[in-house]
Amino acid sequence: MPSDLNWAIGGEAGDGIDSTGKIFAQALSRAGRHVFTSKDFASRIRGGYTAYKIRTSTEKVQSVVDRLDLLVALTQRTIDENLDELHEESVIIYDGERSWEAEIPDEITGVSVPLKSLAEDAGGAIMANTVALGAACEIASFPIENLDESLEKRFGDKGSKIVENNKDAARLGRDHVRENYGEFDYELETTDNDYVLLNGDEAIGMGAIAAGCRFYAGYPITPATDVMHYLIGRIEQYGGHVIQAEDELSAINMALGAARAGARSMTATSGPGIDLMAETFGLAATSETPLVICDVMRSGPSTGMPTKQEQGDLNMTLYGGHGEVPRFVVAPTTISECFHKTVEAFNLAEKYQLPVYLVSDLALAVTEETFDPMEFDMDEVEVERGKVVDDETVDEWLDEEGRFRAHADTEDGISPRSLPGTADGAHMSTGLEHDELGRRTESTDMRVKQVDKRQRKVETARERETFDYREFGDPAAETLVISWGSNEGALVEALDILENEGIDVRVLSVPYIFPRPDLTEEVEAAEDVIVVECNKTGQFADLIEHDVLTRVQRINKYTGVRFKADELAEEIKGALAADTEVTA
Amino acid sequence: MSSDVRFTDFKSDKQPTWCPGCGDFGTMNGMMKALANTGNDPDNTFVVAGIGCSGKIGTYMHSYALHGVHGRALPVGTGVKIANPDLEVMVAGGDGDGYSIGAGHFVHAVRRNVDMTYVVMDNRIYGLTKGQASPTSREDFETSTTPDGSKQPPVNPLALALASGASFIAQSFSSDALRHAEIVQKAVEHDGFGFVNVFSPCVTFNDVDTYDYFRDSLVDVADDDDYDPTDREQAKDAITDADKEYMGVLYQDENSVPYNERHGVEANKADIPDGAPEGAMDLVREFY
Repeated sequence: MPSDLNWAIGGEAGDGIDSTGKIFAQALSRAGRHVFTSKDFASRIRGGYTAYKIRTSTEKVQSVVDRLDLLVALTQRTIDENLDELHEESVIIYDGERSWEAEIPDEITGVSVPLKSLAEDAGGAIMANTVALGAACEIASFPIENLDESLEKRFGDKGSKIVENNKDAARLGRDHVRENYGEFDYELETTDNDYVLLNGDEAIGMGAIAAGCRFYAGYPITPATDVMHYLIGRIEQYGGHVIQAEDELSAINMALGAARAGARSMTATSGPGIDLMAETFGLAATSETPLVICDVMRSGPSTGMPTKQEQGDLNMTLYGGHGEVPRFVVAPTTISECFHKTVEAFNLAEKYQLPVYLVSDLALAVTEETFDPMEFDMDEVEVERGKVVDDETVDEWLDEEGRFRAHADTEDGISPRSLPGTADGAHMSTGLEHDELGRRTESTDMRVKQVDKRQRKVETARERETFDYREFGDPAAETLVISWGSNEGALVEALDILENEGIDVRVLSVPYIFPRPDLTEEVEAAEDVIVVECNKTGQFADLIEHDVLTRVQRINKYTGVRFKADELAEEIKGALAADTEVTA
Repeated sequence: MSSDVRFTDFKSDKQPTWCPGCGDFGTMNGMMKALANTGNDPDNTFVVAGIGCSGKIGTYMHSYALHGVHGRALPVGTGVKIANPDLEVMVAGGDGDGYSIGAGHFVHAVRRNVDMTYVVMDNRIYGLTKGQASPTSREDFETSTTPDGSKQPPVNPLALALASGASFIAQSFSSDALRHAEIVQKAVEHDGFGFVNVFSPCVTFNDVDTYDYFRDSLVDVADDDDYDPTDREQAKDAITDADKEYMGVLYQDENSVPYNERHGVEANKADIPDGAPEGAMDLVREFY
């Protein structure tokens, strides 16, 4: 009996697809099952196809696959959109009493449940989706009691009556299936495991609070808005504040102001917002202001496809902005890393007094995954504020006239930092080229000194920090696959598929774009090198080729949809076959 | 904050590169006097400026300061004040900085009512880029970008502020030194966003809005016993009067509640623990 299940609910935006999916995902997670969710959504408020998909197993799952076992279809389009993924054992739950005539493929089992009328029996048509969840529990042999906790969490604020009605609705759905259909071939076991379920935007917000971020300014934009949603109402409890700015230019400038006042400060946006922020990014770099700028990438250019996946902003974060300014670009590769790299981004920003791009993507942002809570062990979080002077230590950084040398030329390139309020630490900073005091200069000597000093911070960081990669698969394999961002999960699962077919692969998942690990040895040791990324031109592959001075193969996807594990396994096989043909 | 602070303590040793006779000298002196008179000192003062002649002010004053990018000084000041409410925040800008590129920020800074002082050096011309029309340039004014005279009416920044819900609106004249310092001081003392539009003549590029013009034409509302700055209707009449230009505190909301107070933002956010905050595991448990 299969214990893994690929489940989905689909309908029109506004049908409550997202919250229904979330309720079921939480129920599974609370029952000790691993969960991985994904979403199909359009850039509109109501109408249009939207779906919430859940993959659940007792083993860790971290990718989507081309398979759908149980589908709650609120519209015909939901069935049509997913035809490719349905198979002979698939089951579709639909409301046979509704106005649309469900066209269900012959080989697939349709389970008709009067969702609306049963919901009305339980107290209101609005609970139709809950009826469907109850039906799904029955089909999957999943104890409905686990759903109750989820319903309490979702509707608890609305009062016990609403919670009870929903529990009743779920049971009516379950009973309908039990009475009208036989047993199904699924059994979702529960375990004693203790998991948390969260998405990448939430993990970034949580990382920010953990790292002591006390100021967030942002402007709503898909798919970064959830960072702001997460922080509002939570960060205040830890002494922080969120402000919704009038635009992205304001957001980054507010964040910069807060950083100058000494607060750990962040803004998050997506590609179009990054473009607007570029000028102030340069100011942050040259005024040596620690700032975390989060870019949750989506399909570009321009407005592109706001609700679709892409990893197209790498070059923008790496090279964007006029002039030459040092920056760090850190790109989490998993939802758990969204937390850890956010903490690290704050530390890097303050230790090296420069802006840090934290580059995430839509696939990380909107999908949820289960984790052992200790993956987010708060005791492990370290806050390093760098060279901040206090009323005593400020003296050693004053010039002979008692003026604070905020941009002092130091061996490691890192100057002292005095936070406002520090006696004798008063100074100005500017986007103009400046001297050690922060004042404008056009002196050729000082210009060179300051440019070198700022650049030297990167060299210092290379010496002091570890910019490494995560490794999977067979370390001795002749095939090396390199990836960045959210592709890691699908790659790790693709490894298993390939291994079963006798193909050994070594995977390097690189969370640092700049500075980044030197992969020369790894690339040279491999027979075939393939770089996987969600963009057309292979922006990361270009970097590898540049660093290692060798050609690599590329697997690029820019449909707007993330890689799936089985798809990646096929692509890698294809790349290896093509390579063999060429060399043969 | 010490009581023996003199206004010269806010002066840096850098000599201004403003043209001789520029109104910005007087504007800056008034800002420094206002800060000293209200008991602030350089270590607890943050000055933010954008680009242009006005933007140079951070260099010539001694305090914590940031010279930012064009038009974005107000968001920076907003971030500074929310992050550390103990600081006295003063934002300086020009008419181009504040009413052209930064006009959007101006409207929102006004309505947010963050407790800071915004001084705009309004010379009705772009000076540092050598004489183009500004948003406050008069209709028919001839400049290098309006050789046949400007065909657009000027922005009325005071009306814009009033319409956006300003809690303090004042206008002053840089050359009327004591009165200017007094007006800026009232803005500093105001609980909320203190907006002062300062006529700060450009002696090089504007031969219309000159010292003589302002000296002869400005009417100080303080000279009118019947003028009540807390009366919004009266303020509206003065601010939208097409025939006269007024100086002084034109409008002040006595019940102004600044942003930080409204949002309960009190603590200096620079103080953070050296690890995750206490109780941070609650953040993880929420995801069960």
